[in-house]
Amino acid sequence: MTKDSGEIESLSEEDRERLALTGLDLEMTNRCGSFFQIDQDVVHTSCAAEGIEVIPIAAALEKYDWLADYAWKAVPRDKDKYTKYVARQEQPAGVVIIARKGSRSIMPLQACLLLQRGRVQHVHNIIIAEEGAEIHLISGCASATHTERGSHLGVSEFYVGKNAKVTSTMIHSWSRHINVFPRSAAIIEEGGIFLSNYVCMQPVHRIQMYPAAHLVGKDGIARFSSIVMGMPGSHLDIGSRAVLAAEGTSAELVTRAITTGGTIVSRGHVIGAKNGTRGHIECRGLILKDGTIHAIPEIEGQLTGTELSHEAAVGKIARHEIEYLMSRGLDEEEATATIIRGFLDVKISGLPAVLQKQIDEAIDKAESGF
Amino acid sequence: MLEITDLHVNVGDKEVLHDINLRIGEGETHALMGPNGSGKSTLLMAIMGFGNLTVTSGSIVFKERDITRLPINERARMGIGMLFQRPPTIAGLKLGKLLSATSRGLSEEDILRYARSVNMDEFLDRDINVGFSGGEIKRSELLQLKVQQPDLVMLDEPESGVDLENMALMGGAIAGLLEKDIHMVERHKSGLIITHTGYILDYLDADQGHVMIDGQIRCHGNPREILRVVKEKGYRECFRCPACVRV
Ligand SMILES: Nc1ncnc2c1ncn2[C@@H]1O[C@H](COP(=O)(O)OP(=O)(O)O)[C@@H](O)[C@H]1O
Ligand SMILES: [Mg+2]
Repeated sequence: MTKDSGEIESLSEEDRERLALTGLDLEMTNRCGSFFQIDQDVVHTSCAAEGIEVIPIAAALEKYDWLADYAWKAVPRDKDKYTKYVARQEQPAGVVIIARKGSRSIMPLQACLLLQRGRVQHVHNIIIAEEGAEIHLISGCASATHTERGSHLGVSEFYVGKNAKVTSTMIHSWSRHINVFPRSAAIIEEGGIFLSNYVCMQPVHRIQMYPAAHLVGKDGIARFSSIVMGMPGSHLDIGSRAVLAAEGTSAELVTRAITTGGTIVSRGHVIGAKNGTRGHIECRGLILKDGTIHAIPEIEGQLTGTELSHEAAVGKIARHEIEYLMSRGLDEEEATATIIRGFLDVKISGLPAVLQKQIDEAIDKAESGF
Repeated sequence: MLEITDLHVNVGDKEVLHDINLRIGEGETHALMGPNGSGKSTLLMAIMGFGNLTVTSGSIVFKERDITRLPINERARMGIGMLFQRPPTIAGLKLGKLLSATSRGLSEEDILRYARSVNMDEFLDRDINVGFSGGEIKRSELLQLKVQQPDLVMLDEPESGVDLENMALMGGAIAGLLEKDIHMVERHKSGLIITHTGYILDYLDADQGHVMIDGQIRCHGNPREILRVVKEKGYRECFRCPACVRV
């Protein structure tokens, strides 16, 4: 099942470019570990960081009996037809990353998934950060240039141990006929931090996802940041949910959505189930050309000691803002692009510079389409 | 430098400016005064070319070119710059980013040096006008003008909201923009400054004053004289004042 990395060399120039859009660094200059799957085949795994293992899931399940306790704990296997399909597979595909107690990677680990010839790509990832560990994961998912139709079903389970920190940045680069159904969830222990960033600035047929963070230990923190663009023919239904199930936990759900004719549904749900908890949802949408941005923020407080809030705004760029910049000498297109760039500038504190650069590049690449 | 002839301007269906005539020569600074709502800001916005205003008749000529129908950015490129009374806040857009985008060729060090000179170096990483105090907004505007180096400097109430300490700093910076250190004969920069208090005139001599009332420029004269009369008797008396030249 595992092919040699000659597969990477044989990729067409166009496919390499599409993967570069998602942040795949084939030279590995800024990466400490890597996992690469084409359709159902793992073509490359490596890891140079001490205390961190990157293994295909099939091999990992054979190697570690205890891993079975983690599989399907954060994401229920019978959640929906997609998770059932992934759970049914006799040859599971995907990656397991284990960061041992106290280990740290400054450079990100990368996981790349390319949908090339198959109609359905299924993936099951398990990411475990043990006590005090810190990892940055960048996962890029793309479809090959000539892929006509296909579906990507990806289950990712994150286990953030006591005082551990996991940053997961996912960049999608699909095409007009691809359907995408990620199913992700995180369980965050005491003092753990889970930062999840999602970027999708390329066309897609349909994406539907609603990842959840379960904050089960005291003082855990979760933050979801999503930057999405809906082009004509694209339907994106994207949400995130945080369950504040322990004292002192907090969550922030931030979305920036732009439509140039597509439909974006931006959901958010924070549940304050314990005292001393705080949650905030922020969704800002920009309608550049007639399309739909539907923000549905939900805040659910269950006792007096929780503090939840949300703000949502959808509209077009204000004319007087464009004219203000024009009065400084920018032409109309430059002024518009400058404002959009600012709108999308969701700086995420604690994000390594390489990851921020990746996000910025994904935005830059899309800018020609504005 | 600037020649406005028989200008009428509408905001929507309402005529706000009636029959404006104004000439500003190269190197001259003019002060524009008048009660609230008389149309002073509208005049500056019309010269800049804002889209919510319609010039229904008359013309604006700048550097011998008719700019009445020119887009805003082309007027800016020709050398018209404006300090806004109430500029918009733009979330996500850093002041420093905007300065680099508009400076066309200035180095980062130059920009930082300009920012220091108006006490705004700590603000380069802040979103434009988000949470800025009144005085900080004015200094941010002034910094943008310093980077832009316009030939016609239009200032809409530069002193409002500015504390005493920063007043001197603003005054000095504006005098610099207007090349007040250069002799009149060799000076190229011109200014049109809206002021209520006249404090700003302590830092730069204005050559001419104008009073706008109900959308018309009703008198021209020595700016200090006009201010003295206005302070004593109010604007309604202004155009009866002997110091003014009736239009
Ligand atoms: N965007 C606008 N919509 C409607 N009325 C406006 C608008 N801008 C200005 N006006 C009106 O035009 C008149 C002149 O306003 P303005 O030029 O701001 O006065 P000043 O700067 O002298 O205080 C006022 O009556 C004001 O209410
Ligand atoms: Mg005004």
